[in-house]
Formats: sequence, structure tokens, C-alpha cells
Amino acid sequence: MALPDSRLNNDLGDTIVSVKNLKKYYPVGRGFFRRQHALLHAVDDISFDVARGEVLGLVGESGCGKTTTGRMLVRLTNPTSGSIIVDRTDVSSISSADMGPFRQRVQMIFQDPYESLDPRMTIFDIVSEPLNVNHIGNLEQREERVAEMLTRVGLTPPATFMFRFPHELSGGQRQRVAIARALVVNPSFVVADEPTSMLDVSIRTGVMKLLMELREDFGISYLYITHDLAVARYLCDRIAVMYLGKIVEIAGSEEVIKNPLHPYTRALISAVPVPDPAVARPVPNVRGGVSKPINPAPMCRFYERCPVAQKVCRESDHPELREVEGNHLAACHLL
Amino acid sequence: MDALLSVEDFTMHYRTKAGWVQAVDGVSFALKRGQSLGLVGESGCGKTSVAMSIMRLLPYNSEIKQGRITLGGRDVYAMTSEEFRQVRWKEISMIFQAAMNALNPVYTVGSQIVEAIVEHEPETTEEEARRRVAELFDLVGIPAERADHYPHEYSGGMKQRAVIAMALACNPSLIIADEPTTALDVIVQDKILREMEEIRRRINMSMIYISHDISVIAEVSDIVGVMYAGKLMEIGEADDVFKRPRHPYTYGLMHAYPSILGSKRDLATIPGEPPNLMSPPPGCRFNPRCDRATDECRAVEPPLTKVGPEHRIACHNPVWAPSRGGEQVGAAR
Repeated sequence: MALPDSRLNNDLGDTIVSVKNLKKYYPVGRGFFRRQHALLHAVDDISFDVARGEVLGLVGESGCGKTTTGRMLVRLTNPTSGSIIVDRTDVSSISSADMGPFRQRVQMIFQDPYESLDPRMTIFDIVSEPLNVNHIGNLEQREERVAEMLTRVGLTPPATFMFRFPHELSGGQRQRVAIARALVVNPSFVVADEPTSMLDVSIRTGVMKLLMELREDFGISYLYITHDLAVARYLCDRIAVMYLGKIVEIAGSEEVIKNPLHPYTRALISAVPVPDPAVARPVPNVRGGVSKPINPAPMCRFYERCPVAQKVCRESDHPELREVEGNHLAACHLL
Repeated sequence: MDALLSVEDFTMHYRTKAGWVQAVDGVSFALKRGQSLGLVGESGCGKTSVAMSIMRLLPYNSEIKQGRITLGGRDVYAMTSEEFRQVRWKEISMIFQAAMNALNPVYTVGSQIVEAIVEHEPETTEEEARRRVAELFDLVGIPAERADHYPHEYSGGMKQRAVIAMALACNPSLIIADEPTTALDVIVQDKILREMEEIRRRINMSMIYISHDISVIAEVSDIVGVMYAGKLMEIGEADDVFKRPRHPYTYGLMHAYPSILGSKRDLATIPGEPPNLMSPPPGCRFNPRCDRATDECRAVEPPLTKVGPEHRIACHNPVWAPSRGGEQVGAAR
């Protein structure tokens, strides 16, 4: 059966994803009497790379644009402008004929395993569907491949799972099915959108470990979207922090956690609860609440909430992301 | 002991078509005035069922098999429903899970709280109730003029604050908060938890926090109770439970969480999945997932026994090593 082996592609460059000046604006407030609509800047001019075999964490609060970014990378959402190159393919110019081969190399795992699996399909149908649509293998080969994947994600023995329906499985098992479905075509890049946030703790660790094992075994690169910095620290090589459509900081995971530079990252880190009653956390140094980036004024996005904001932050445009320390980028006028 | 709330050997099952679901089984704990209790456990462990039992809000298909719940010395289930109506909201109130979505969209937030006050305290005039709402909003940090706004004009965090104000409306001595911050972002969560704790201290109120997040529980609780499959597995003062968890489930739960403190470490996995509560395993309900299980664990259900002055566990074969969490005390952030 003809499956692309992503491990063979290693000599063809070490960047798998390259995003440049990516934007996604949504019209809002359009009504019958209001022709002129405002624009919500969900993702506003972000650029980043993912190295082959790397896990990049995209972290931020709800509404910061992290899911929209992930969806654009697999072309479930079309960007307003900007370029996305995934595995040497320009995502924005893929023709519908080339969509099939593209989806074999790029997959997505969704947050909610209760919604992402069709309740009327058996586990075999769900996991083999990507093989069907891409005409990979005959029935026998598909069965073999599905059994192999189910075993690999810990649903053993596969025969006891293949012909069951999603409602017969627990949340953790469903998410394992979703992972098997994403990886059955042997993709080289996977967008994982909060794949463990709906799962209970004792189940979550197992799924996180599974994702990491699969990365080792299949040489997969991930964009791992999460709101949980502790999870990102555990899973990701680098972390990008998003705030209102902008990447405000990006660096190695330990570097972001131990030496956060941007005032927003600092606030975010100090707000994470700690499982130790003896630790007194400092009060996060941030004002007000999150607003929506609708027709944002040309100043720093974080200005309203920033504890250290100066005149320059209001008077100049949102700061560029730039290297402040070695391989540690931040977007702040004051750094 | 001057317990405000006492739950004694409480067992409550749900009747379903498929059989009895043993949702709460032999749970006992007591709470003093001004104390906060954190109940932690995974979905389906019975923590919300315990809250609903205390609030006397159980569905029709529930049955109390044994035990009792007393509030201020009075048996909750011996009161007539009219008597308990006087207790609910005035002595004990609850912040429900995702309650911020339960605000009625067609009434202003203020009028919904006024209604709750007037309903439970008929002697209060609307004028007085309005003034109380202004005080409550001040207490939870919402500008008073926002009382005339509708829920859709509030952010998620503000809705949650309004729901807290509503729970405080009749000056209860105990509030049960079921996952009060689960849908919120961390920065908002941090603010709301700090505010709730400050209010609790200021008016010497008792609090039961219910959460799946052991970190949230660690931050707000004087006493921590860990539930698993309808059973209270471990309960004790927060410092004891977190520094020296004795029950293997508590220990596993604590080490399954990644932390942003200390050095990056490997995570412990708890194998398997929680049992079906229609046919829980014999003996200890955790035994199929426990790496310390013995024949005794598989046959005899462990009773809740004392291992310290205020520390009790239900385990035949407890953990004696201190948790790694304890070693990290004082670690630089």
C-alpha cells in the first residue's frame, strides 16, 4: 500500500511549516441597515516556522486566535492574506485536485472527541475513512492498517474495538480513535487543537505520552494548541504565546517558563495555579480583562492591560516581534 | 466539635433502567464555620452528587440508602420542604457548574438578584434589595451601575462574579461552589478565586469548592477531600494531603499533572479507566488501577481510617513516600 513515509523526507530541508504575515479578519456587526462592517482581527500578521520533528506550542487565552491559526494551516479556514508553506506545499494555492494528497501529509486532531467522531460510524469506518477517500489499499490492507493503528494508540486487542461505535467508548478511548484516524495516513505534520483538555487527569497523561511516542516513531511535527502552559511546557520544544491575534513571545519552552520577557507572558505564568498549598503565588500583574480585537487602534495590543506601559506603547504601532535574547523573540517596545 | 456541616456515612444511589448507579458511597466529613473544603476528583466520581445531596436538590431517581447530613445540628432530610426552603439560600447556597450561562437573558442581572432576595426574605422591600445588590456588586468587584445591564453585556468573568453575588445575596453561612472557574481563562480564574477567598475570610463564611483541578483545590482549601468512584479516598488538612498524600490515587493524581514549577519532570500515568458505578469492583474501588493492590484490596473494602490528627484515608496499603510536590516548596518561579 502506497503510504508516504515522512521519515524519508528528512534530507529535504529542516523546516516543515513556514508561516509569513498570516492574517485572518472576520467581518462583524454587519446588519441590514449597516453596510459598513467592522473587522475582527482574529489573526493579525503572524509569522513563525516549525522545524521538522519539532513540537511548537501555541498558547493563549480563549479568543486569541490560536485555533483560527491552526485551522488555516490545514486549510479548514482560508486566510485573508499571508503565506503558509507546509511540507513544501503552498497551502493557499492548493487546487481541489491536490487537496487529497495534501491531507495525507497534514492532519488535525480536534479538542472534543465527543463531537469529532461520527456517532453512526463504527471505529473501523472512522479510522479507515482517510484511506478510503485517498484510495489507499484494498479492504484487506485497510483492515490490517486500522488494526495496526488501533494497537499503536493503545486500543488493544483491536478486534474488540473495530466494530464498536463511539458511544461505547470512554472519552480517553475516543480521543485515541481520533489520533489513530489522524495518523493512519502517516502525515508529516499534525495540528493538535487542545486534544487533552476535555479528558480527565488520569486519562490525559496517557494520551499526552502517546502523542509524544508517536512523534518519535513516525517523525511527526506538531503544532500543539493549548491554553495550559504547564501542558505546553511538558510537550513542546518551543512555545509561542498569542494575545489578541498577535504572537507576543516565542522561545524554547523552558526559556518561556523560566525567563518570560513579555509582560503578558509573565502575567499568564503567574496566574497558573500551583498544586502546592505552601507556595504563595504573586498576584498576576495585569489590569482589566480581554477585549476583542475589532478594528484595533494602531498601538500595542496589550497597552490597555499592561502594567508597565509607557507613552511609546500608545503612540507607536504594535511592536514587531524581534530577537531580544538568543533565539528568544518578544514583541514589546520596552525590551 | 462545632461542625457547621456534617456528612455521616452518606450513601446515595441513582436508579436507572440498567440498574443502580452507586454514585455516593459511605462519604463522611465535617466542616467548621469559616473553613473551606476542597472536593477533588474526576468526572463521575460523585463530587457534584455530594453537593446536590447537601442542597437537597437530588433528582427523582435518587435514593438515599444510609447516613445523614446535618447543617447547624439539624438533619437536612428530617426537615419539611418548607423548612428547608428557609435554609436554602439563607444558610446554604450554591454556585452551580457553568452557572454563568444560567442567567436569564431577558432580565437585567440586578433584577434577577433582587428577585432571589425578595423571594427568600419576603419582609425585604425591593428598595432594600436593590441597595443590597449594590453592596454585593461592590463586594465581588462589579461597578454598581452594571446591575441594570443584561447578561449579554457582561464578559464571562463578570457573569461568574454576578452568580457569586447571587449566592451571597441572603448572607449564607455556607456556599458550595461547583467548578466555579472551569470555563474561565487562567488570569480571570486567578482573580475570582482570590476574591472568593477574601470574601470568605472577611465574613467568616464556610465554603465547599468542587473541582477536577487539584491545583485550584490546593490554592483555596483548608481541608482537601479526594473522591474516586463514589468514595472518599482521602481527606485531611491541605498541607498534610499535598505534602504527604497517603492514598495511591491521590499520589497518582498529584504526579499526573504537569507543573510550571521546579524542573521539568516525567509524568506518572494511572493505567486503565474509572469503573462503571453500576458494578464497581469488589474490595477497594481503585484496586484494578492501583500498582500497590494486594489480595486484601481485591476482596475487602478499606474503611476510612485515621493516619494523622485530621488525616484519614481508605486504603489497605498506603504510600509512605513524601510527594515530589513537597520537595519543591520554595522552588523559584
